[in-house]
Amino acid sequence: MLSGCAAFAQTATTADQLAKLQAQVAQAQSAADNCWMLVSAALVLLMTGPGLALFYGGLVRRKNVLSVMMQSFAMMCIITVLWAFVSYSLAFDSGTAFIGGLHHLFLHGVGLTPDPDYSATIPLQTYMIYQLMFAIITPALITGAFAERMKFSAMAVFLSLWSIVVYSPMAHMVWGKGGLLNAALGGPIPCLDFAGGTVVHITSGVSALVCALYLGKRVGYPREAMPPHSVVLSFIGACLLWVGWFGFNAGSALGSEALATSAFVNTHFATAAAALCWAGAEWVHRGKPSALGAISGAVAGLVAITPAAGFVEPMSALIIGALAGLVCYFMVVKVKSIFGYDDSLDAFGVHGAGGTLGAILTGVFATSAINPIFKDAKGNPLPSGVVDGNWAQLGHQFVGVAIAWTLSIVGTFILLKLVDITIGLRVTPEQEIEGLDVTQHGEEGYEMAS
Amino acid sequence: MEKIEAIIQPSKLDAVKDALLEVGIEGMTILEARGHGRQKGHTEFYRGREYTVDLLPKIKLEMVVPDELAEKAVQAILASARTGKIGDGKIFRSRIDDAIRIRNDERGSAAL
Repeated sequence: MLSGCAAFAQTATTADQLAKLQAQVAQAQSAADNCWMLVSAALVLLMTGPGLALFYGGLVRRKNVLSVMMQSFAMMCIITVLWAFVSYSLAFDSGTAFIGGLHHLFLHGVGLTPDPDYSATIPLQTYMIYQLMFAIITPALITGAFAERMKFSAMAVFLSLWSIVVYSPMAHMVWGKGGLLNAALGGPIPCLDFAGGTVVHITSGVSALVCALYLGKRVGYPREAMPPHSVVLSFIGACLLWVGWFGFNAGSALGSEALATSAFVNTHFATAAAALCWAGAEWVHRGKPSALGAISGAVAGLVAITPAAGFVEPMSALIIGALAGLVCYFMVVKVKSIFGYDDSLDAFGVHGAGGTLGAILTGVFATSAINPIFKDAKGNPLPSGVVDGNWAQLGHQFVGVAIAWTLSIVGTFILLKLVDITIGLRVTPEQEIEGLDVTQHGEEGYEMAS
Repeated sequence: MEKIEAIIQPSKLDAVKDALLEVGIEGMTILEARGHGRQKGHTEFYRGREYTVDLLPKIKLEMVVPDELAEKAVQAILASARTGKIGDGKIFRSRIDDAIRIRNDERGSAAL
Protein backbone atom coordinates (compact mmCIF):
# COMPACT_ATOMS: atom_id res chain seq x y z
CA MET A 1 0.00 0.00 0.00
CA LEU A 2 2.72 2.41 0.94
CA SER A 3 4.85 1.45 -2.04
CA GLY A 4 1.84 1.99 -4.36
CA CYS A 5 1.44 5.55 -3.12
CA ALA A 6 5.10 6.23 -3.70
CA ALA A 7 4.86 4.91 -7.29
CA PHE A 8 1.82 7.12 -7.96
CA ALA A 9 3.60 10.15 -6.56
CA GLN A 10 6.60 9.38 -8.74
CA THR A 11 4.41 9.10 -11.89
CA ALA A 12 2.74 12.40 -11.08
CA THR A 13 6.11 14.05 -10.67
CA THR A 14 7.35 12.61 -13.97
CA ALA A 15 4.25 13.85 -15.77
CA ASP A 16 4.72 17.29 -14.26
CA GLN A 17 8.33 17.34 -15.30
CA LEU A 18 7.46 16.24 -18.82
CA ALA A 19 4.84 18.96 -19.13
CA LYS A 20 7.32 21.49 -17.83
CA LEU A 21 9.95 20.28 -20.27
CA GLN A 22 7.51 20.48 -23.18
CA ALA A 23 6.60 24.03 -22.21
CA GLN A 24 10.27 24.94 -22.06
CA VAL A 25 10.96 23.40 -25.47
CA ALA A 26 8.04 25.33 -26.97
CA GLN A 27 9.30 28.49 -25.34
CA ALA A 28 12.81 27.95 -26.69
CA GLN A 29 11.51 27.42 -30.22
CA SER A 30 9.31 30.46 -29.92
CA ALA A 31 12.26 32.54 -28.72
CA ALA A 32 14.42 31.39 -31.64
CA ASP A 33 11.69 32.00 -34.21
CA ASN A 34 10.81 35.38 -32.79
CA CYS A 35 14.45 36.40 -32.83
CA TRP A 36 14.82 35.62 -36.54
CA MET A 37 11.50 37.26 -37.39
CA LEU A 38 12.36 40.53 -35.64
CA VAL A 39 15.73 40.61 -37.40
CA SER A 40 13.96 39.85 -40.68
CA ALA A 41 11.47 42.66 -40.15
CA ALA A 42 14.33 45.08 -39.59
CA LEU A 43 16.10 43.78 -42.73
CA VAL A 44 12.98 44.36 -44.84
CA LEU A 45 12.73 47.94 -43.56
CA LEU A 46 16.38 48.38 -44.51
CA MET A 47 15.40 47.54 -48.08
CA THR A 48 13.23 50.65 -48.35
CA GLY A 49 15.45 53.00 -46.39
CA PRO A 50 18.24 53.31 -47.24
CA GLY A 51 18.28 50.48 -49.85
CA LEU A 52 15.63 51.55 -52.33
CA ALA A 53 16.05 55.25 -51.51
CA LEU A 54 19.74 55.07 -52.53
CA PHE A 55 19.09 52.81 -55.51
CA TYR A 56 16.45 55.15 -56.94
CA GLY A 57 18.19 58.30 -55.67
CA GLY A 58 21.30 57.55 -57.70
CA LEU A 59 19.33 56.87 -60.87
CA VAL A 60 17.63 60.28 -61.09
CA ARG A 61 19.17 63.62 -62.01
CA ARG A 62 20.83 65.50 -59.16
CA LYS A 63 18.01 68.05 -58.92
CA ASN A 64 15.57 65.29 -57.92
CA VAL A 65 17.65 63.10 -55.61
CA LEU A 66 15.96 64.18 -52.38
CA SER A 67 12.48 63.97 -53.86
CA VAL A 68 12.76 60.25 -54.64
CA MET A 69 14.48 59.52 -51.33
CA MET A 70 11.72 61.41 -49.54
CA GLN A 71 9.06 59.41 -51.37
CA SER A 72 10.48 56.14 -50.02
CA PHE A 73 10.85 57.62 -46.56
CA ALA A 74 7.30 58.97 -46.66
CA MET A 75 6.07 55.42 -47.28
CA MET A 76 7.95 54.26 -44.18
CA CYS A 77 5.92 56.70 -42.13
CA ILE A 78 2.53 56.98 -43.87
CA ILE A 79 1.96 53.27 -44.53
CA THR A 80 2.90 52.50 -40.91
CA VAL A 81 0.12 54.68 -39.56
CA LEU A 82 -2.38 53.38 -42.13
CA TRP A 83 -1.40 49.81 -41.26
CA ALA A 84 -2.18 50.36 -37.61
CA PHE A 85 -5.51 52.05 -38.36
CA VAL A 86 -6.97 49.97 -41.17
CA SER A 87 -4.81 48.19 -43.74
CA TYR A 88 -3.53 45.37 -41.51
CA SER A 89 -7.12 44.42 -40.76
CA LEU A 90 -8.08 44.58 -44.43
CA ALA A 91 -5.20 42.28 -45.31
CA PHE A 92 -5.09 39.76 -42.50
CA ASP A 93 -8.42 39.65 -40.71
CA SER A 94 -10.55 36.75 -41.85
CA GLY A 95 -13.13 38.32 -44.10
CA THR A 96 -14.29 37.46 -47.60
CA ALA A 97 -12.20 35.65 -50.21
CA PHE A 98 -11.08 39.01 -51.57
CA ILE A 99 -10.53 41.32 -48.62
CA GLY A 100 -10.13 41.08 -44.88
CA GLY A 101 -12.66 42.23 -42.31
CA LEU A 102 -12.59 45.09 -39.85
CA HIS A 103 -12.05 43.23 -36.56
CA HIS A 104 -8.42 44.31 -36.32
CA LEU A 105 -9.03 48.04 -36.91
CA PHE A 106 -6.60 50.04 -34.75
CA LEU A 107 -4.80 46.72 -34.13
CA HIS A 108 -7.67 45.50 -31.97
CA GLY A 109 -6.92 41.94 -30.89
CA VAL A 110 -3.38 42.00 -32.28
CA GLY A 111 -1.46 41.03 -29.18
CA LEU A 112 1.58 39.08 -28.09
CA THR A 113 0.06 35.61 -28.29
CA PRO A 114 0.51 33.75 -31.57
CA ASP A 115 -2.23 33.23 -34.16
CA PRO A 116 -1.71 29.58 -35.22
CA ASP A 117 -3.19 30.26 -38.68
CA TYR A 118 -0.27 32.57 -39.45
CA SER A 119 2.45 31.23 -37.21
CA ALA A 120 2.11 29.15 -34.08
CA THR A 121 5.43 30.19 -32.61
CA ILE A 122 5.72 33.98 -32.95
CA PRO A 123 3.65 36.72 -31.30
CA LEU A 124 0.95 38.04 -33.63
CA GLN A 125 2.48 41.49 -33.24
CA THR A 126 5.73 40.17 -34.70
CA TYR A 127 3.79 38.85 -37.69
CA MET A 128 1.96 42.18 -37.99
CA ILE A 129 5.14 44.30 -37.94
CA TYR A 130 6.90 41.93 -40.35
CA GLN A 131 4.03 42.17 -42.82
CA LEU A 132 4.02 45.97 -42.42
CA MET A 133 7.54 46.15 -43.84
CA PHE A 134 6.24 44.48 -47.04
CA ALA A 135 3.35 46.93 -47.20
CA ILE A 136 5.89 49.78 -46.99
CA ILE A 137 8.26 48.72 -49.74
CA THR A 138 5.56 47.80 -52.26
CA PRO A 139 4.21 51.32 -52.92
CA ALA A 140 7.76 52.68 -52.55
CA LEU A 141 8.75 50.55 -55.55
CA ILE A 142 6.11 52.29 -57.70
CA THR A 143 7.75 55.68 -57.14
CA GLY A 144 10.39 54.66 -59.69
CA ALA A 145 7.83 54.95 -62.49
CA PHE A 146 6.74 58.52 -61.83
CA ALA A 147 10.04 59.81 -60.46
CA GLU A 148 11.04 63.36 -61.39
CA ARG A 149 7.53 64.60 -62.26
CA MET A 150 4.84 63.84 -59.65
CA LYS A 151 3.79 66.27 -56.93
CA PHE A 152 4.70 65.18 -53.42
CA SER A 153 1.13 65.75 -52.22
CA ALA A 154 -0.32 63.72 -55.08
CA MET A 155 2.19 60.92 -54.44
CA ALA A 156 1.26 60.78 -50.75
CA VAL A 157 -2.50 60.65 -51.40
CA PHE A 158 -2.28 58.26 -54.35
CA LEU A 159 0.00 55.72 -52.67
CA SER A 160 -1.96 55.82 -49.39
CA LEU A 161 -5.15 54.98 -51.25
CA TRP A 162 -3.28 52.44 -53.38
CA SER A 163 -2.11 50.63 -50.27
CA ILE A 164 -5.72 50.18 -49.16
CA VAL A 165 -7.33 49.52 -52.54
CA VAL A 166 -4.69 47.33 -54.20
CA TYR A 167 -2.16 46.07 -51.66
CA SER A 168 -4.41 44.97 -48.80
CA PRO A 169 -6.83 42.95 -50.97
CA MET A 170 -3.99 41.27 -52.85
CA ALA A 171 -2.17 40.40 -49.62
CA HIS A 172 -5.42 39.05 -48.22
CA MET A 173 -6.14 36.86 -51.24
CA VAL A 174 -2.68 35.29 -51.17
CA TRP A 175 -1.76 35.24 -47.48
CA GLY A 176 -4.86 36.15 -45.46
CA LYS A 177 -7.27 33.79 -43.68
CA GLY A 178 -9.94 32.71 -46.14
CA GLY A 179 -8.11 34.30 -49.07
CA LEU A 180 -9.04 33.08 -52.55
CA LEU A 181 -5.46 32.22 -53.54
CA ASN A 182 -4.07 31.18 -50.14
CA ALA A 183 -2.09 27.98 -50.67
CA ALA A 184 -1.13 27.52 -47.02
CA LEU A 185 -4.65 27.77 -45.59
CA GLY A 186 -6.56 25.83 -48.24
CA GLY A 187 -7.79 28.60 -50.55
CA PRO A 188 -9.91 27.44 -53.51
CA ILE A 189 -7.29 28.47 -56.11
CA PRO A 190 -3.99 27.88 -54.31
CA CYS A 191 -1.37 30.19 -55.85
CA LEU A 192 2.17 29.61 -54.59
CA ASP A 193 3.73 32.91 -53.58
CA PHE A 194 6.35 32.48 -50.89
CA ALA A 195 7.37 36.08 -50.28
CA GLY A 196 5.38 38.31 -52.60
CA GLY A 197 5.88 37.76 -56.32
CA THR A 198 2.23 38.57 -56.98
CA VAL A 199 1.50 40.58 -53.83
CA VAL A 200 4.55 42.83 -53.97
CA HIS A 201 6.23 42.76 -57.37
CA ILE A 202 3.42 42.29 -59.86
CA THR A 203 1.21 44.81 -58.08
CA SER A 204 3.96 47.43 -57.82
CA GLY A 205 5.44 46.75 -61.27
CA VAL A 206 2.15 46.74 -63.17
CA SER A 207 0.86 49.77 -61.27
CA ALA A 208 4.14 51.45 -62.16
CA LEU A 209 3.43 50.89 -65.85
CA VAL A 210 -0.05 52.37 -65.49
CA CYS A 211 1.47 55.40 -63.73
CA ALA A 212 4.08 55.89 -66.45
CA LEU A 213 1.42 55.70 -69.17
CA TYR A 214 -1.08 57.92 -67.35
CA LEU A 215 1.38 60.64 -66.32
CA GLY A 216 3.20 60.74 -69.64
CA LYS A 217 6.84 61.41 -70.26
CA ARG A 218 9.16 63.70 -68.38
CA VAL A 219 9.81 67.06 -70.04
CA GLY A 220 12.53 66.45 -72.62
CA TYR A 221 12.29 62.63 -72.65
CA PRO A 222 13.67 60.90 -74.70
CA ARG A 223 15.36 63.76 -76.61
CA GLU A 224 17.39 64.97 -73.64
CA ALA A 225 20.07 62.90 -71.97
CA MET A 226 18.97 61.87 -68.47
CA PRO A 227 21.78 59.66 -67.22
CA PRO A 228 21.86 58.59 -63.55
CA HIS A 229 23.51 61.32 -61.49
CA SER A 230 25.34 58.82 -59.29
CA VAL A 231 25.64 55.13 -60.08
CA VAL A 232 27.70 55.00 -56.87
CA LEU A 233 24.61 55.69 -54.74
CA SER A 234 22.62 53.15 -56.74
CA PHE A 235 25.35 50.59 -56.26
CA ILE A 236 25.31 50.95 -52.48
CA GLY A 237 21.51 50.83 -52.53
CA ALA A 238 21.42 47.66 -54.62
CA CYS A 239 23.88 45.90 -52.30
CA LEU A 240 21.71 46.86 -49.32
CA LEU A 241 18.66 45.52 -51.18
CA TRP A 242 20.44 42.20 -51.70
CA VAL A 243 21.20 41.91 -47.97
CA GLY A 244 17.77 43.09 -46.89
CA TRP A 245 16.12 40.60 -49.23
CA PHE A 246 17.33 37.74 -47.00
CA GLY A 247 14.89 39.08 -44.43
CA PHE A 248 12.22 39.40 -47.11
CA ASN A 249 12.52 35.84 -48.44
CA ALA A 250 14.08 33.76 -45.68
CA GLY A 251 11.92 35.60 -43.14
CA SER A 252 8.85 34.48 -45.07
CA ALA A 253 9.43 31.02 -43.60
CA LEU A 254 7.95 32.75 -40.51
CA GLY A 255 10.39 30.90 -38.32
CA SER A 256 14.01 29.86 -38.08
CA GLU A 257 13.61 26.30 -39.32
CA ALA A 258 15.29 24.63 -42.32
CA LEU A 259 12.81 26.23 -44.74
CA ALA A 260 14.35 29.61 -43.93
CA THR A 261 17.74 28.24 -44.99
CA SER A 262 16.26 27.00 -48.24
CA ALA A 263 14.78 30.41 -49.02
CA PHE A 264 18.04 32.12 -48.05
CA VAL A 265 20.15 29.90 -50.33
CA ASN A 266 17.74 30.21 -53.26
CA THR A 267 17.61 33.99 -52.91
CA HIS A 268 21.36 34.25 -53.04
CA PHE A 269 21.83 31.88 -55.98
CA ALA A 270 19.15 33.46 -58.16
CA THR A 271 20.55 36.95 -57.55
CA ALA A 272 24.07 36.03 -58.56
CA ALA A 273 22.87 34.25 -61.70
CA ALA A 274 20.67 37.17 -62.74
CA ALA A 275 23.45 39.73 -62.24
CA LEU A 276 25.81 37.62 -64.36
CA CYS A 277 23.23 37.22 -67.11
CA TRP A 278 22.27 40.90 -67.33
CA ALA A 279 25.89 42.06 -67.32
CA GLY A 280 26.80 39.25 -69.72
CA ALA A 281 24.03 40.25 -72.11
CA GLU A 282 25.36 43.79 -72.07
CA TRP A 283 28.87 42.57 -72.66
CA VAL A 284 27.77 40.66 -75.76
CA HIS A 285 25.39 43.35 -76.96
CA ARG A 286 27.36 46.53 -76.18
CA GLY A 287 30.88 45.32 -75.68
CA LYS A 288 31.12 46.24 -71.99
CA PRO A 289 29.58 44.91 -68.76
CA SER A 290 28.37 47.89 -66.70
CA ALA A 291 28.06 48.29 -62.95
CA LEU A 292 24.52 49.58 -63.41
CA GLY A 293 23.73 46.50 -65.50
CA ALA A 294 25.10 44.12 -62.89
CA ILE A 295 23.12 45.67 -60.04
CA SER A 296 19.95 45.94 -62.14
CA GLY A 297 20.31 42.26 -62.93
CA ALA A 298 20.76 41.45 -59.26
CA VAL A 299 17.51 43.23 -58.40
CA ALA A 300 15.72 41.39 -61.23
CA GLY A 301 16.95 38.09 -59.80
CA LEU A 302 15.82 39.02 -56.30
CA VAL A 303 12.38 39.90 -57.66
CA ALA A 304 11.96 36.70 -59.65
CA ILE A 305 13.05 34.33 -56.88
CA THR A 306 10.74 36.00 -54.34
CA PRO A 307 7.63 33.85 -55.00
CA ALA A 308 9.72 30.69 -55.43
CA ALA A 309 12.22 31.14 -52.60
CA GLY A 310 10.71 28.58 -50.20
CA PHE A 311 9.51 26.07 -52.78
CA VAL A 312 12.39 25.21 -55.11
CA GLU A 313 15.78 23.49 -55.20
CA PRO A 314 18.95 25.61 -55.44
CA MET A 315 19.59 24.55 -59.06
CA SER A 316 16.10 25.71 -60.01
CA ALA A 317 16.88 29.02 -58.31
CA LEU A 318 19.90 29.45 -60.58
CA ILE A 319 17.69 28.86 -63.63
CA ILE A 320 15.01 31.28 -62.40
CA GLY A 321 17.66 33.93 -61.74
CA ALA A 322 19.36 33.48 -65.11
CA LEU A 323 16.06 33.79 -66.98
CA ALA A 324 15.11 36.86 -64.92
CA GLY A 325 18.40 38.57 -65.80
CA LEU A 326 17.86 38.01 -69.51
CA VAL A 327 14.11 38.75 -69.66
CA CYS A 328 14.36 41.94 -67.58
CA TYR A 329 17.35 43.12 -69.62
CA PHE A 330 15.27 42.66 -72.76
CA MET A 331 12.28 44.45 -71.20
CA VAL A 332 14.29 47.44 -70.02
CA VAL A 333 16.65 47.82 -72.95
CA LYS A 334 14.43 46.84 -75.88
CA VAL A 335 10.73 46.76 -75.05
CA LYS A 336 10.69 50.14 -73.29
CA SER A 337 12.21 51.93 -76.26
CA ILE A 338 9.89 50.12 -78.71
CA PHE A 339 6.78 51.29 -76.86
CA GLY A 340 8.29 54.60 -75.80
CA TYR A 341 6.72 54.87 -72.33
CA ASP A 342 8.76 56.71 -69.72
CA ASP A 343 9.09 54.36 -66.75
CA SER A 344 11.83 56.58 -65.29
CA LEU A 345 13.60 53.98 -63.17
CA ASP A 346 12.26 50.79 -64.79
CA ALA A 347 9.91 49.73 -62.01
CA PHE A 348 7.81 47.82 -64.55
CA GLY A 349 10.68 46.33 -66.53
CA VAL A 350 12.24 44.89 -63.38
CA HIS A 351 9.39 44.32 -60.90
CA GLY A 352 6.45 43.80 -63.25
CA ALA A 353 8.29 41.58 -65.70
CA GLY A 354 10.49 39.86 -63.10
CA GLY A 355 7.55 39.31 -60.74
CA THR A 356 5.38 37.78 -63.46
CA LEU A 357 8.17 35.53 -64.67
CA GLY A 358 8.93 34.44 -61.10
CA ALA A 359 5.29 33.70 -60.30
CA ILE A 360 4.94 31.46 -63.36
CA LEU A 361 8.27 29.70 -62.87
CA THR A 362 7.30 28.99 -59.25
CA GLY A 363 4.52 26.80 -60.64
CA VAL A 364 7.10 25.01 -62.75
CA PHE A 365 9.87 24.43 -60.20
CA ALA A 366 8.02 24.12 -56.87
CA THR A 367 8.64 20.73 -55.29
CA SER A 368 7.23 19.01 -52.22
CA ALA A 369 10.77 17.81 -51.42
CA ILE A 370 11.54 21.34 -50.26
CA ASN A 371 8.16 22.45 -48.99
CA PRO A 372 5.27 19.95 -48.71
CA ILE A 373 2.63 22.67 -48.74
CA PHE A 374 -0.14 20.51 -50.24
CA LYS A 375 -1.15 17.44 -48.23
CA ASP A 376 -3.79 14.75 -48.56
CA ALA A 377 -6.27 13.88 -45.79
CA LYS A 378 -3.71 11.65 -44.07
CA GLY A 379 -1.08 14.36 -44.07
CA ASN A 380 1.06 12.86 -46.83
CA PRO A 381 2.63 15.43 -49.17
CA LEU A 382 1.05 15.98 -52.60
CA PRO A 383 2.98 17.17 -55.67
CA SER A 384 3.65 20.92 -55.78
CA GLY A 385 4.69 22.15 -59.22
CA VAL A 386 5.28 20.87 -62.73
CA VAL A 387 8.58 19.23 -61.72
CA ASP A 388 6.50 17.09 -59.31
CA GLY A 389 4.03 16.35 -62.10
CA ASN A 390 1.35 18.79 -60.91
CA TRP A 391 0.54 20.68 -64.11
CA ALA A 392 -2.60 22.16 -62.56
CA GLN A 393 -0.38 24.36 -60.41
CA LEU A 394 0.74 26.26 -63.50
CA GLY A 395 -2.90 27.16 -64.10
CA HIS A 396 -3.29 28.36 -60.52
CA GLN A 397 -0.19 30.50 -60.90
CA PHE A 398 -1.64 32.08 -64.06
CA VAL A 399 -4.88 32.85 -62.20
CA GLY A 400 -2.89 34.53 -59.43
CA VAL A 401 -0.90 36.53 -61.99
CA ALA A 402 -4.06 37.54 -63.87
CA ILE A 403 -5.79 38.69 -60.68
CA ALA A 404 -2.73 40.70 -59.61
CA TRP A 405 -2.46 42.34 -63.06
CA THR A 406 -6.18 43.14 -63.25
CA LEU A 407 -6.44 44.53 -59.73
CA SER A 408 -3.33 46.65 -60.28
CA ILE A 409 -4.43 48.06 -63.63
CA VAL A 410 -8.00 48.86 -62.60
CA GLY A 411 -7.20 50.07 -59.07
CA THR A 412 -4.26 52.23 -60.12
CA PHE A 413 -6.12 53.79 -63.04
CA ILE A 414 -9.15 54.73 -60.95
CA LEU A 415 -7.01 56.16 -58.14
CA LEU A 416 -4.83 58.17 -60.51
CA LYS A 417 -7.93 59.61 -62.14
CA LEU A 418 -9.35 60.48 -58.74
CA VAL A 419 -6.21 62.25 -57.55
CA ASP A 420 -5.75 63.91 -60.93
CA ILE A 421 -9.18 65.57 -60.95
CA THR A 422 -8.99 66.61 -57.28
CA ILE A 423 -5.47 67.84 -56.54
CA GLY A 424 -3.62 67.14 -59.80
CA LEU A 425 -0.78 64.68 -60.31
CA ARG A 426 2.04 66.47 -62.06
CA VAL A 427 4.18 69.42 -61.14
CA THR A 428 4.19 72.27 -63.69
CA PRO A 429 6.73 72.02 -66.54
CA GLU A 430 8.65 74.94 -65.00
CA GLN A 431 8.86 73.13 -61.65
CA GLU A 432 9.91 69.96 -63.39
CA ILE A 433 12.77 71.74 -65.14
CA GLU A 434 13.86 73.44 -61.92
CA GLY A 435 13.76 70.11 -60.09
CA LEU A 436 11.53 68.55 -57.46
CA ASP A 437 14.00 69.01 -54.60
CA VAL A 438 13.68 72.80 -54.69
CA THR A 439 10.05 73.06 -55.84
CA GLN A 440 8.54 70.34 -53.64
CA HIS A 441 10.80 70.35 -50.61
CA GLY A 442 12.67 73.67 -50.60
CA GLU A 443 16.12 72.12 -50.38
CA GLU A 444 18.90 70.64 -52.45
CA GLY A 445 20.72 67.34 -52.17
CA TYR A 446 24.08 68.85 -52.92
CA GLU A 447 24.69 72.43 -51.75
CA MET A 448 27.32 73.82 -54.09
CA ALA A 449 28.15 77.00 -52.21
CA SER A 450 29.14 75.42 -48.92
CA MET B 1 52.96 91.56 -68.32
CA GLU B 2 51.33 88.64 -70.00
CA LYS B 3 48.46 86.40 -69.06
CA ILE B 4 49.00 82.75 -69.86
CA GLU B 5 45.98 80.48 -69.95
CA ALA B 6 46.61 76.79 -70.41
CA ILE B 7 44.02 74.06 -70.83
CA ILE B 8 45.57 70.72 -69.98
CA GLN B 9 44.72 67.10 -69.22
CA PRO B 10 43.78 66.72 -65.52
CA SER B 11 46.40 64.01 -65.09
CA LYS B 12 49.15 66.45 -66.07
CA LEU B 13 48.40 69.07 -63.42
CA ASP B 14 51.09 68.08 -60.94
CA ALA B 15 53.79 67.84 -63.57
CA VAL B 16 52.86 71.27 -64.99
CA LYS B 17 52.78 72.87 -61.55
CA ASP B 18 56.24 71.52 -60.72
CA ALA B 19 57.67 72.65 -64.03
CA LEU B 20 56.27 76.18 -63.58
CA LEU B 21 57.64 76.38 -60.06
CA GLU B 22 61.07 75.44 -61.42
CA VAL B 23 61.15 78.41 -63.82
CA GLY B 24 60.11 80.75 -61.01
CA ILE B 25 56.34 81.11 -61.41
CA GLU B 26 54.84 81.16 -57.97
CA GLY B 27 51.25 82.31 -58.44
CA MET B 28 48.55 80.67 -60.47
CA THR B 29 44.81 80.00 -60.46
CA ILE B 30 43.42 76.59 -61.35
CA LEU B 31 39.90 75.83 -62.57
CA GLU B 32 38.22 72.51 -63.14
CA ALA B 33 36.73 72.84 -66.60
CA ARG B 34 34.87 70.85 -69.22
CA GLY B 35 35.28 71.24 -72.92
CA HIS B 36 36.52 69.87 -76.18
CA GLY B 37 38.52 70.92 -79.19
CA ARG B 38 39.32 68.44 -81.88
CA GLN B 39 39.19 65.55 -79.44
CA LYS B 40 36.05 63.47 -79.83
CA GLY B 41 34.07 62.51 -76.71
CA HIS B 42 32.96 59.01 -75.81
CA THR B 43 29.70 57.09 -75.55
CA GLU B 44 28.12 55.88 -72.32
CA PHE B 45 25.31 53.36 -71.90
CA TYR B 46 22.86 53.33 -69.00
CA ARG B 47 20.34 50.49 -69.14
CA GLY B 48 20.59 50.48 -72.91
CA ARG B 49 20.23 54.23 -73.37
CA GLU B 50 23.11 55.79 -75.18
CA TYR B 51 24.62 59.11 -74.13
CA THR B 52 27.37 60.94 -75.99
CA VAL B 53 29.71 62.68 -73.62
CA ASP B 54 31.48 65.32 -75.72
CA LEU B 55 32.51 67.75 -72.98
CA LEU B 56 35.46 66.18 -71.28
CA PRO B 57 36.99 67.12 -67.95
CA LYS B 58 40.01 69.45 -68.26
CA ILE B 59 42.06 71.69 -66.03
CA LYS B 60 42.50 75.35 -66.87
CA LEU B 61 45.49 77.19 -65.41
CA GLU B 62 45.70 80.96 -65.40
CA MET B 63 48.72 83.03 -64.48
CA VAL B 64 49.93 86.54 -65.13
CA VAL B 65 53.72 86.75 -65.43
CA PRO B 66 56.37 89.42 -66.14
CA ASP B 67 57.34 89.58 -69.81
CA GLU B 68 60.75 87.99 -69.26
CA LEU B 69 59.18 84.87 -67.73
CA ALA B 70 56.41 84.40 -70.29
CA GLU B 71 58.27 82.34 -72.86
CA LYS B 72 59.90 80.23 -70.13
CA ALA B 73 56.48 79.48 -68.66
CA VAL B 74 55.12 78.48 -72.06
CA GLN B 75 58.07 76.17 -72.67
CA ALA B 76 57.66 74.64 -69.20
CA ILE B 77 53.98 73.88 -69.85
CA LEU B 78 54.68 72.49 -73.32
CA ALA B 79 57.36 70.19 -72.00
CA SER B 80 55.40 68.92 -69.02
CA ALA B 81 51.85 68.67 -70.42
CA ARG B 82 52.52 66.99 -73.74
CA THR B 83 51.62 63.35 -74.33
CA GLY B 84 51.51 63.67 -78.12
CA LYS B 85 47.90 62.58 -78.36
CA ILE B 86 44.79 64.54 -79.33
CA GLY B 87 43.35 66.19 -76.22
CA ASP B 88 46.58 67.55 -74.74
CA GLY B 89 45.07 71.04 -74.67
CA LYS B 90 46.08 74.58 -75.65
CA ILE B 91 47.93 77.64 -74.38
CA PHE B 92 46.69 81.19 -74.92
CA ARG B 93 48.78 84.33 -74.35
CA SER B 94 47.49 87.87 -73.99
CA ARG B 95 48.76 91.31 -72.91
CA ILE B 96 47.78 92.60 -69.48
CA ASP B 97 47.50 96.36 -68.83
CA ASP B 98 47.90 96.37 -65.09
CA ALA B 99 47.82 94.23 -61.95
CA ILE B 100 46.88 95.48 -58.49
CA ARG B 101 47.44 93.76 -55.17
CA ILE B 102 44.32 94.28 -53.12
CA ARG B 103 46.13 94.17 -49.79
CA ASN B 104 48.39 97.19 -50.31
CA ASP B 105 47.67 98.87 -53.69
CA GLU B 106 50.93 97.66 -55.25
CA ARG B 107 50.76 97.89 -59.02
CA GLY B 108 52.36 96.38 -62.10
CA SER B 109 54.95 93.61 -61.88
CA ALA B 110 55.37 94.23 -58.15
CA ALA B 111 51.83 92.97 -57.63
CA LEU B 112 52.48 89.60 -59.30
